[in-house]
Amino acid sequence: MHNFDFVKPGTVADAAAALQGDEAQPLGGGQTLIPTMKQRLAAPETLVSLIGIAEMQGVCKTDAGELSIGGATTHATVEAEAASLFPGLAGLAGRIGDPAVRNRGTIGGSLANNDPAACYPAAALATGATIRTDKREIAADDYFQGMFTTALDEGEIIVEVRMPIPEKSNYQKFLQPASRFALTGVFVAKYADGVRVAVTGASEEGVFRWTEAEQALGSNFAADAISGLSVSADGMINDLHGTPEYRAHLVKVLTGRAVMAAA
Amino acid sequence: MPKDGGIGASSKRREDVRFLTGKGRYTDDINIHGQAYAYFLRSEVAYGKINGIDTSVAEGMPGVVQIFTAKDFEGAGGIPCGWQVTDRHGQPMQEPKHPILAEGFVRHVGDPIVGVVADTLEQARDAAEAIDVDITEIDPVLDMRAALADGATKVHDELSSNLCYDWNLGNSPEEAEQVMNSAHHVTTLELTNNRLIANPMEPRVAVGDYSIANDDYTLYTTSQNPHVIRLLMGAFVLNIPEHKLRVVAPDVGGGFGSKIYHYAEEAFCTFAAKQCMRPVKWTSSRSEAFVSDAHGRDHVTTIRLALDENGKFLAIHTDTLANMGAYLSTFSSSIPTWLHGTLMAGNYTTPIVSVNVKAVFTNTVPVDAYRGAGRPEATFQLERVVDKAAREMGIDPVEIRRRNFITEFPYATPVAVEYDTGDYHATMDKLLELSDHAGFEVRAAESKANGKLRGFGISHYIEACGIAPSNLVGQLGARAGLYESATVRVNATGSISVMTGSHSHGQGHETSFAQVVAEMIGIDEKQIDIVHGDTANTPMGMGTYGSRSLAVGGSAIVRATEKILNKAKKIAAHLLEASEADIELKDGTFTVAGTDKSVAWGDVTLAAYVPHNYPLEEIEPGLEETAFYDPANFTYPSGGYGCEVEVDPETGKVQILSFTAADDFGNVVNPMIVEGQVQGGLAQGIGQALLENCAYDENGQLLSGSYMDYTMPRADDVPMFKVDHSCMTPCTHNPLGVKGCGEAGAIGSPPAVVNAVIDALQRGGHDVKHIDMPLSPDRVWMAMNS
Repeated sequence: MHNFDFVKPGTVADAAAALQGDEAQPLGGGQTLIPTMKQRLAAPETLVSLIGIAEMQGVCKTDAGELSIGGATTHATVEAEAASLFPGLAGLAGRIGDPAVRNRGTIGGSLANNDPAACYPAAALATGATIRTDKREIAADDYFQGMFTTALDEGEIIVEVRMPIPEKSNYQKFLQPASRFALTGVFVAKYADGVRVAVTGASEEGVFRWTEAEQALGSNFAADAISGLSVSADGMINDLHGTPEYRAHLVKVLTGRAVMAAA
Repeated sequence: MPKDGGIGASSKRREDVRFLTGKGRYTDDINIHGQAYAYFLRSEVAYGKINGIDTSVAEGMPGVVQIFTAKDFEGAGGIPCGWQVTDRHGQPMQEPKHPILAEGFVRHVGDPIVGVVADTLEQARDAAEAIDVDITEIDPVLDMRAALADGATKVHDELSSNLCYDWNLGNSPEEAEQVMNSAHHVTTLELTNNRLIANPMEPRVAVGDYSIANDDYTLYTTSQNPHVIRLLMGAFVLNIPEHKLRVVAPDVGGGFGSKIYHYAEEAFCTFAAKQCMRPVKWTSSRSEAFVSDAHGRDHVTTIRLALDENGKFLAIHTDTLANMGAYLSTFSSSIPTWLHGTLMAGNYTTPIVSVNVKAVFTNTVPVDAYRGAGRPEATFQLERVVDKAAREMGIDPVEIRRRNFITEFPYATPVAVEYDTGDYHATMDKLLELSDHAGFEVRAAESKANGKLRGFGISHYIEACGIAPSNLVGQLGARAGLYESATVRVNATGSISVMTGSHSHGQGHETSFAQVVAEMIGIDEKQIDIVHGDTANTPMGMGTYGSRSLAVGGSAIVRATEKILNKAKKIAAHLLEASEADIELKDGTFTVAGTDKSVAWGDVTLAAYVPHNYPLEEIEPGLEETAFYDPANFTYPSGGYGCEVEVDPETGKVQILSFTAADDFGNVVNPMIVEGQVQGGLAQGIGQALLENCAYDENGQLLSGSYMDYTMPRADDVPMFKVDHSCMTPCTHNPLGVKGCGEAGAIGSPPAVVNAVIDALQRGGHDVKHIDMPLSPDRVWMAMNS
């Protein structure tokens, strides 16, 4: 690891100011960035820690019936505090990584990194979440722009994530055996006005919505509803742990399981 | 009533007090005043010609002490291979030079090119980043078949080809072919034995130190055999005589074979310590371990089994390509030959066995022994082809094995070894009982009702351990003896220090070896300490691998203790004014037979060191004896393993529901330690079967270069094991009657797991005949759906 400066501001405004510096980088829980720096694959001059900002912490229900999650809230906190309000999300948070990761890693960090096999992007996209930054609000459908790519500008901070709370939801993760990230993960969220299905881990383009399944499940929220559908292997990830065909197959299997678990 | 000490007692592992409380002293815990740090700039490409190395910028960077390239090692030898295999035509194997730092070419990703020594590790890394190595890439040699094709690029220009040797054992291929041609049935199986990375918990570390006052060197290193490192590095690489070189392997956090070998980093740190006049330390990162620790396995095999109409085995013929990697690691050449071919008869009476192995150089990390070392490769192909044959012929897999079991001992196989003892039906019976084999169909029906496919797989293995008779291995090409040594030093008040040439890196020697001595003398184990791991205070020994420590090292301790007892009896006879022939030893007390005259152990030992009343005209004072034990034969542990799995047909995920191991290890000194050894071996075998896969891409880059992609078994990947070793046919030729237990789990389990999965798929109506390991979910699903 190369030497770097470390600042831990107490407000979003101070953090935003600190991030104006050259080669400054925001630091959430550091579960990706710190190992990358230890391997000397990243060498920021300044790390701006976001975990000391009070307004970016915690989980609550908004007047509009959304779940509001501070951008620097850890997975363990989401697991605990969303348990009754949004059990599908709490279940997802409780199975990210291991206890060390869950007690350090943050939702803002995960969404900003947008690892193609991360769990949170599936929840954000399946709930049609709003990503509020220090500059603007971004709809989830506009936010995810491909593997490790998002709508965020350089130095932009995820302050809050608001997720409409579904009537029913579930996340199914099939583990990549080594990393235990999602080899494929599917989040299904049922609302009064429709169903959203988001898939992580499978596509070379990162998280995506399976719209055919959404339509089928919108009229009949049962695993049978998707039995006649199939997912194309085109554009799916091919690696040591699974072919495109296998991942495409898993999308359907996991969607069915998520619906069964949610219903 | 279980014993509370001595042979057969489950004495608690005394070493665990320090291991479990963070008080172990590992090589990385050793820091010497003034020490500098080494960092290696390693090749990022699989094969390339080095045009130039520019270290000029780096040399001026802060903290840099000295920068080394191959030129600095012109006076040193290459890293030697310890075993010269002779090929089928009587020619010695091709043996390329293995330089400490790359000479002219880099030959695998991770090949060290430059060694930077600096005040701190970070400074050494900074300097390494400023070094410019100009390399012209060459298309790497990766696939073994392609490597042997005419006109293939050569990994080493100075060799005639990429073939290290073409070797045959047992019957000739022609003899086997003749039987195949006329047999009732021939079963053929093509398979790979997947390349593995050992991944001991503690990465490798070396600290070199040089004393100008004494003109001597000390190397602290993570080794399974410090004397072997001293011999190889001193005599062949750095030209340092033994009395000027001390090698210390303190607490070592697991080896699994990967810490047997002499590595370049050890020689580098020792050499650089004198050049820099400072101690030099290198600690491998985990990432470095993936590309610099020797890998294991990596065989591609076609095996054929000929059977008569009753399922009797008539002949076995195997053709194997064995990957050596880019250079020959210390024992690499012996693994696919003498530790593999010799086991190809298995437990069976097959009269014709022809083993053929071609060892191949590729642009990959060197491959050498990994827990089991050749024997898992033999067992896997044999137990898989037997299962396939049983299915093809409609014979139950238990029954086909029973029809072919060897039942008369000693048994000379067609592949150069003689089994001294065993009872394979007994271990098979025990396996079927403990695994509730009879209740399987009921359980399978339950799984089916839940939409899962259940299967049961068996393997019945044999291994050759207790490595090895020196005169035999010398004939086979070993460049070392394979005896073991012990010095038993009895102190004046009766406590004992045992200096052993074996090395414990997790095996529990400090406990079990003490139990052996305690049993022989009849004193408390706590009076005995085991000393190992330092060439300065242990006799020349060959170290720990091949499940040899108790069978060979323990036998040396027995022989040395026998000498102690012979002398102690003479002293006791003198003190008791009796004839030596009348002296009996029981529970640590010498008595005159038929009388109540006695003298305690401590009084005898005190007399030896305070010899006021002592037969000085007959024997010397003191009580210390050394023995070297050279085994008469290998030992042959065997056992029946059973694995029960459930396959999720939707995802291909395999879950192991139960695993039963019924082993015959001969006599057992500490049943608890044996159970732990078997459990660890099983976890590694299951890791190979389901999870672990060292894979390279077409450019020779390691795809599984970290734990993000290399799957180590975790606790939830393995079931609660049923481990039994009540079947005991004691080894006939060592004094303890022991056979060795360290590798059995890793040898016997992979075929049991794969046989179980194939059984589950077949029962589920999928005509899948074989899947190459690891049986990861995607591979199982693809096999079911192709």
